Amino acid sequence: MGNDARTPAAAASADFEEVQATQQFQELRKRHRSFVFPMAIAFLLWYFAYVILAAYAVDFMSTKVWGNINVGIIMGLLQFVTTFAITGWYVSYSNRRLDPIAADIRHGIEGHEYDKSGSSAPGSSVSGGAK
Amino acid sequence: MITIPAAVDVAALKDTTLLNMGIFALFVAVTMVIVLRASRNNKTAADYYAAGRSFTGSQNGTAIAGDYLSAASFLGITGAIAINGYDGFMYSIGFLVAWLVALLLVAELLRNTGKYTMADVLSFRLRQRPVRIAAAISTLAVCFFYLLAQMAGAGSLISLLLGISDWGGQALVIIVVGALMIMYVLIGGMKGTTWVQIIKACLLIAGAAVMTLWVLAIYGFNLSSLLGGAAEAANNPALLNPGLQYGKTETSKLDFMSLALALVLGTAALPHVLMRFYTVPTAKEARKSVVWSIWLIGLFYIFTLVLGYGAAALVGADTIKGAPGGVNSAAPLLAFHLGGPLLLGFISAVAFATILAVVAGLTITAAASFAHDIYANVIAKGKADADTEVKVARRTVIVIGILAILGGIFANGQNVAFLVALAFAVAASANLPTIIYSLFWRRFTTQGAVWSMYGGLASAIILIALSPVVSGGATSMIKGANFAVFPLSNPGIVSIPLAFMLGWLGTVLDKRQEDRSKQAEMEVRSLTGVGAERAVEH
Repeated sequence: MGNDARTPAAAASADFEEVQATQQFQELRKRHRSFVFPMAIAFLLWYFAYVILAAYAVDFMSTKVWGNINVGIIMGLLQFVTTFAITGWYVSYSNRRLDPIAADIRHGIEGHEYDKSGSSAPGSSVSGGAK
Repeated sequence: MITIPAAVDVAALKDTTLLNMGIFALFVAVTMVIVLRASRNNKTAADYYAAGRSFTGSQNGTAIAGDYLSAASFLGITGAIAINGYDGFMYSIGFLVAWLVALLLVAELLRNTGKYTMADVLSFRLRQRPVRIAAAISTLAVCFFYLLAQMAGAGSLISLLLGISDWGGQALVIIVVGALMIMYVLIGGMKGTTWVQIIKACLLIAGAAVMTLWVLAIYGFNLSSLLGGAAEAANNPALLNPGLQYGKTETSKLDFMSLALALVLGTAALPHVLMRFYTVPTAKEARKSVVWSIWLIGLFYIFTLVLGYGAAALVGADTIKGAPGGVNSAAPLLAFHLGGPLLLGFISAVAFATILAVVAGLTITAAASFAHDIYANVIAKGKADADTEVKVARRTVIVIGILAILGGIFANGQNVAFLVALAFAVAASANLPTIIYSLFWRRFTTQGAVWSMYGGLASAIILIALSPVVSGGATSMIKGANFAVFPLSNPGIVSIPLAFMLGWLGTVLDKRQEDRSKQAEMEVRSLTGVGAERAVEH
């Protein structure tokens, strides 16, 4: 395609099935999925529990806790708190557990470690600096 | 303490028209200069569609907030809380929590596998033509409904803020808004549009923060007394409890479930939000943008809670409902009550800027989808050079701009919230299942993608057409007719599971196998970012 300016030679010549089969990549995939799937299910359950309570347990949600502040307002604000908390948790998890291993695999591919046999592109290795 | 005028004199608002227009003209002038400067080095397709991938995560995150906090969010939610109390607040929560879907499941993987549009990702390992066409059609459909909502919102805003109440005058202002937007997008491309979003987001959040602190100061920074004041002014303690709007019948409760589902699953599938992830150089910056936007959007929605109840307490529901612009006028009326004409002028200008910026973002997304997916990859079969593609995109901008102006004139006065909810429902039904499947399910096939996208799109639109928002009710679009066989006003609870099911069914019944090596490439790229980690060199 004429506008495909984003595929460096290394990525074009790599054997991705070989990369996919490596233990390192499988570990990255496992770490990613074992975090995002349970987390996504958990927050969706918590959100829908809240919505269902608001629709079908009006009396409970209207219970005053402190002054005019009721259970509904508190649970609503807790949704904000959990959203911020999950965001922070995911960022720190990615920085610690995902990014280093992803960068390692990427450098491997860019260093032509996984090239398809006979299709190496000498001299086209590019290091990963931005711009 | 501040002396509070007894009530807001709505008639006095007209005296501030010149001031409103002046502040708005200043915004247009400043942003136009910035757009002109930003457009100087728009050369390639990546420059035009993706701003040369030159924005940082925090800049892009602010722009996402600018894109997302539309007039429907600011005016609509504040008004909904002022009138319907707690049920309005629940919109805010759905709109915010939805960002976790984008953060955890979509943003980074999408940034790593696509170039300019959603269709790039969906067609990565499937057959190009059918998947691209389907993705482009659903992108255009979502953008169209969202555009209509914004343009219709512009009409009702104008009647309040500029004191123009006749149909012809409002049409003229919609034309001016549309023409300005076309200029921004034509000249500035994605870079100019992004700057407009950033400036607008800063103004909007700053304005809302000032008003929030002001309202809280009046109540001695005590949320409980603010809530008490709102309940007292409305003469209805139920304003603080859920159920005022949606708790009336079993059908309306189910309708709320449906809306909640569409809100939480629609955000991560809105094409104009997805396209923003391509303006940053790396997946890490894409993650950073979502984190920024979650903080900004979350903060803003906390403000709307105070503003909504503040408007209920200080302005009063009856004044709001009686004002031109109705529910949407809660935030501007509160501004007038607090800071007089100057604050009203500022908030009005911000509201206009909001419409302008969101419309610009939608237009560039629709134009990119048409030029990149339909023209370059389907009509020209990938043989078009990038210059021609950008030329087609620019022409598409003009066509879409004119369509938006015409649609806005005819949709003027329609229910804005319904149009936005429809856009979310269509996005969640037509786009999200295919995005999730193609990123996470190895076996997913072209047939599954096509069934899911067309099935989701068609079921969402057909159910809307057969719902009470179109016919059979007092506030329906078509009055005097009744073909509303579907009882809910939001189709999400049916169309979203249906689209997920069709994606699964289409795949397991598909006899063809997709390319194994393409699947491997997509998975490796999506998780490692290889091949996508650098800004485009010139």
